[in-house]
Amino acid sequence: MTSHTGFLTTFAIVAASLGGMGDARAQGVQSQGAQSQGAQGAQGTPITVAVGAPVTSMDPHYHTLTPNEQAHTHVFERLVETDDKARLRPGLAESWKLIDDTTWEFKLRATNFHDGSPFTAEDVAYTIARVPTVLNSPGSFSIYINAISGVEIVDAHTIRLRTKGVYPLLPVDLSQVFVISHKLGPNPTTEDFNSGKNTIGTGPYRLVSYKNGDRIELDRNEAFWGEKPAWSHVTYRMISNEAARTAALLSGDVALIDSVPTADIAKLRTDSRMKLWETVSLRLIYIMLDQSRDGPTPFVKGPNGETLDKNPLKDRRVREALSIAINRPAIVDRVMENAAIPSGQFLPPGSYSYAPDVPPPAFDATRAKALLAEAGYPNGLTITLHSSNDRYLNDAKIVQTVGQMWSRIGIKTTVEPSPWTNFVGHANKQDYSTFLLGWGSSTGESSNPLRSLVATFDASKGRGAVNRARYTSPALDALIDKALVTVDDGAREKILMEGVRMVMADTALIPLHQQKNTWATKAGLTYVPRADEETRVFDLRPAK
Amino acid sequence: MAGWLVRRLVQAGFVMLAMSAIVFVGLHAIGNPVDILISPDADQAERARAIAALGLDKPLWEQYFFFLRGAVQGDLGRSFVFNEPALKLILGRMPATLELAVTAVIMSVLVGLPLGLFAGLYPNSIAGRTVMAGSIMGFSLPGFWVGLMLIMVFAVTLGWLPSSGRGTTAELFGVQWSFLTRDGLRHLLMPALNLSLFNISLVLRLARAGVRETMPLDYIRFARAKGLSPRRVVFVHVLRNILIPVVTVVGLELGSTIAFSVVTESVFAWPGMGKLIIDSINVLDRPVIVAYLMIVVALFVTINLVVDLLYTVLDPRVRLGGRA
Repeated sequence: MTSHTGFLTTFAIVAASLGGMGDARAQGVQSQGAQSQGAQGAQGTPITVAVGAPVTSMDPHYHTLTPNEQAHTHVFERLVETDDKARLRPGLAESWKLIDDTTWEFKLRATNFHDGSPFTAEDVAYTIARVPTVLNSPGSFSIYINAISGVEIVDAHTIRLRTKGVYPLLPVDLSQVFVISHKLGPNPTTEDFNSGKNTIGTGPYRLVSYKNGDRIELDRNEAFWGEKPAWSHVTYRMISNEAARTAALLSGDVALIDSVPTADIAKLRTDSRMKLWETVSLRLIYIMLDQSRDGPTPFVKGPNGETLDKNPLKDRRVREALSIAINRPAIVDRVMENAAIPSGQFLPPGSYSYAPDVPPPAFDATRAKALLAEAGYPNGLTITLHSSNDRYLNDAKIVQTVGQMWSRIGIKTTVEPSPWTNFVGHANKQDYSTFLLGWGSSTGESSNPLRSLVATFDASKGRGAVNRARYTSPALDALIDKALVTVDDGAREKILMEGVRMVMADTALIPLHQQKNTWATKAGLTYVPRADEETRVFDLRPAK
Repeated sequence: MAGWLVRRLVQAGFVMLAMSAIVFVGLHAIGNPVDILISPDADQAERARAIAALGLDKPLWEQYFFFLRGAVQGDLGRSFVFNEPALKLILGRMPATLELAVTAVIMSVLVGLPLGLFAGLYPNSIAGRTVMAGSIMGFSLPGFWVGLMLIMVFAVTLGWLPSSGRGTTAELFGVQWSFLTRDGLRHLLMPALNLSLFNISLVLRLARAGVRETMPLDYIRFARAKGLSPRRVVFVHVLRNILIPVVTVVGLELGSTIAFSVVTESVFAWPGMGKLIIDSINVLDRPVIVAYLMIVVALFVTINLVVDLLYTVLDPRVRLGGRA
């Protein structure tokens, strides 16, 4: 559907030039209020927003899927929340501390569920017990509570969680798990969450109705403990077609859209009726290089297409040559329309465990050629570069550009983008040699990519689960082990930064850029763009 | 007649069986849904658990056997993505698609047939030629482009109609329909028009060709010679005889409009089955895809049945069953 975006550019021009004609629609903020049968004599203003990704369930423990979680944050809360820069802040827990090496104590907030019942430690224990029991889950939240070995309720507002061994990341993990009410009884079903029967949280909004593939209706929780949201009623629409989403904003039907298509960004930026909000995200786009084979790798051949007797990607010099042959600022400027920043590591500047001394690798075609020659490939190589074509912003265009850049240092490159459904299965089976992927560090710190992307693949330890290149470095593994048992945040950060330096010095993978997340709203509103890509309507307010 | 009906139903059963087997094998070849659905943070143990939870650890023939056993009892499996019965999901989305498709087909007959008659009766007039030229647009412009243009003109520029989505619904026979409310109709108009443009042209051209063919025939000349009014000649003698191809095509188009209105549904964010199927294909949600295609087969069989029955009404010479 990406081909639609071209039309939209024309679309936006015409719309902007005829803009004055549509005054009647300017107050779209109120437009859909009457639709919600559930909205009770609302004081205040209703609002309609549109998100791109469909919400597939209202059960907060069914599927670890960002589009679902961002909808759930309106209704439910977690013990630990994260701010717009993905730093931890108190949620349902007012404070937490380690009382010995393996025991965390959480002090809970005094607040109520939407049904009026008080929130207590029992609800936390119930939530932790429920998470692993959800039936048919295609992606379980149990990965975030696996570290917990025991739960002790001290009093109604104090709970202690014991971990298997020292586990400093428990608060980070719990910032992914929504708390539900123990009143739901044994085995609450996903269907009852979808119907609204079980959808009782403590969050700023109450669920009125959920229609899959269409919309969610929410009413403000007037008893919410935190800052009161500005909108009395929210219609949360799902419009996956990019052009249709932008059109809904331009026509005044919705006040906020997320994932603004890159082709429309420039136009919306200059439209005085609209305002664009963007922030650098935690999502890194990178290229993985097959390390699983010592012998020939299927898609790297000699300069004339002949099979090599070994895998050149095992040679650090070749990996570095491939990395510095890429002109990152050019990709960011031309392909990404500046909706990204060049990157040389997992996280954007300002994040916990970002290493300031690791810049994006500078473009240097001469040195890249020299490195190739030094590695024994003076006449270059022949490479097929794989990617998805429907998963990441401009993924197919990025590999085409990289292919051209590689060709300039004497590497004949063919690119082969395919649909994600097909691509990811092959990538998981080490069928490719060089392939483009993206990684959003859900926890906002680099132990997450280190553990998953570059740690040695080891099922028994649960490490390297998406290390699709099967990169391995014993020194790095030891460092990760050390970081994961270092309780002190400052000391752990130093170790993680050392890990980042080690990965990048060895070019374990080729980082390209950090995406930006973009939202567009009507003028006259303020919005807090979030690094974790989540869209939250309570972060949208009238401008003062 | 009864034998004919039974034969039809048995045929449909075999088509469904073959289709479900093809979908099973095909989706299996594309990839593993767990690769797509699982959290990137998940470790190897969680991946194995998810594969087992969805029953994907079993050999394919065994999965297919379980599916057939369930299907016989009316259970087409649970969606991997929504964790709800696939059938319930699809039926929940069906009213939105049905009202969109039926409105579009009604529009195409109401607009296409009169225009076609007109163009057939006055083929050399300027108006007749204009109608024919206009109909070329109807089937040559791509649906998503026309959809975007409609949104641009009527929603963004003029602000007359909402840009997308389904409006307020009201209940009829226990189902929520949007054509019963004013707001719902406003939302329905543009997507229905977009969906009907192609069919309008099709009906129009069929009707015109039929009229041109029928007019010089002896019985029409005789009717005129008998002194029947032109109105009676056109609406009784001509219209009735050109309806058979029109009914066939409208029937088939109704089927494909219901089953494959994917483009219109996604451009207008219409929460129907088309959007569900395209989303399901993107994540390899096999139970939904299989159930959807089975429903589509059932739908086409039913529509063809109705079309055949309509023939007998329209043309007494058509006999069903006979010597097939």
